[in-house]
Amino acid sequence: MATPLSLKELSKKEILLSSGHRMCSGCGAPIVVKMVLLAADYPVIACSSTGCLEVSTCISHYTAWKIPWIHSAFENAAATLSGVETMYKSLKKQGKLNDDIKFIAFCGDGGTYDIGFQSLSGAMERGHDMLYICYDNGAYMNTGIQRSSATPLGADTTTCPAGTVIPGKQQQRKDLTKIMADHGIPYVAQASISNWSDLMKKVRKALEIKGPKFMNILAPCNRGWRSRNDDAVMLSRLAVETCYWPLYEIENGDIKITFKPKEKKPLNEFLKTQGRFRHLFSPENEWLLKKSQEDIDRNWERLLREEACVLGGQPAETTEADQ
Amino acid sequence: MKLKGWKEITPGAVILEAGSSAEFKTGSWRAYKPVWIKENCIQCLFCWLYCPDMAIKVKDGKREEFDYDYCKGCGICALECPGKKGKKAIVMEEEGN
Repeated sequence: MATPLSLKELSKKEILLSSGHRMCSGCGAPIVVKMVLLAADYPVIACSSTGCLEVSTCISHYTAWKIPWIHSAFENAAATLSGVETMYKSLKKQGKLNDDIKFIAFCGDGGTYDIGFQSLSGAMERGHDMLYICYDNGAYMNTGIQRSSATPLGADTTTCPAGTVIPGKQQQRKDLTKIMADHGIPYVAQASISNWSDLMKKVRKALEIKGPKFMNILAPCNRGWRSRNDDAVMLSRLAVETCYWPLYEIENGDIKITFKPKEKKPLNEFLKTQGRFRHLFSPENEWLLKKSQEDIDRNWERLLREEACVLGGQPAETTEADQ
Repeated sequence: MKLKGWKEITPGAVILEAGSSAEFKTGSWRAYKPVWIKENCIQCLFCWLYCPDMAIKVKDGKREEFDYDYCKGCGICALECPGKKGKKAIVMEEEGN
């Protein structure tokens, strides 16, 4: 039987990521892994593509993982895990294995949104029984904060430095969660460490479903976001409350928003806590702040409309502009 | 922690011992140290849940002392601590004082 989702009960379980890993002080990624592994009540085999998490948990023949874990190259975590899963199925068929094992990939946004995208897309299309988790910190933090397609508009990184020429990243971030949902896979979700029980419920739901699953989890990085050491959880909470990082799940194409803030906070409250957006608050960049807020509002309104459409079972009305 | 020579490494550099990173103590990274004030603690266990370094020990569902061998002093526990009647159960103190 599954462990009840209470911290008292969960704390009796062994955490399957060990101390002594070399992630930075106050990093969000180990919190993501810790919560996912606490939620999973099955034996798990994991795989990570190159990234902060992979490098720092496995330095020179020491590992922080207490589960079987494979390090793959930057672009092929999904392909590696597909192979392992196929081998498992074969062994099971031959009667050499009886355990019910689950497969989870933990990859950063660089190894998911950009470099690992083709192998991820392929694995999802082939329908391997695995859960792919992207911990999204919004840039290539491991190699020194280079922009990725997960970097938000206007953020300062070393490859799109804010200065007199450009005001940080000039493009919008890619909505990967939606792209994965459009693969037509049975389960896609977006979660945040600040809403731990929501995150764990999603992980459990995903593990019960057979087939390819994808979860995108926000993982604040105080080095890259230029924020304080102690605010990983607080920033996640702000991201959720400003609807920068809406929490929802898409099950068989039907969307359900799992958290609606009582009062939607202005995006500025999330942006002003981070040094990577500091330049946005100077007068000449006011338009960028306005545009960011408009993008967030439009995205949130669209999510609400999509959910209402699922609940009402009615197709959205077409407007003249659509025709 | 002693680094292994090439003759001691397994083929394919496969690591056979799970969780062996515990041999590396990250506590020396700390600039600020969290201090637990037991009388203000309501045993909500948020500190245990949010600690990125698994440096808070819990026994039978009750919080125990910090594991200073691994705590990197990020302060997430202190920020997230709800405390009792407005008094935090975890405060950060500068190391070396």
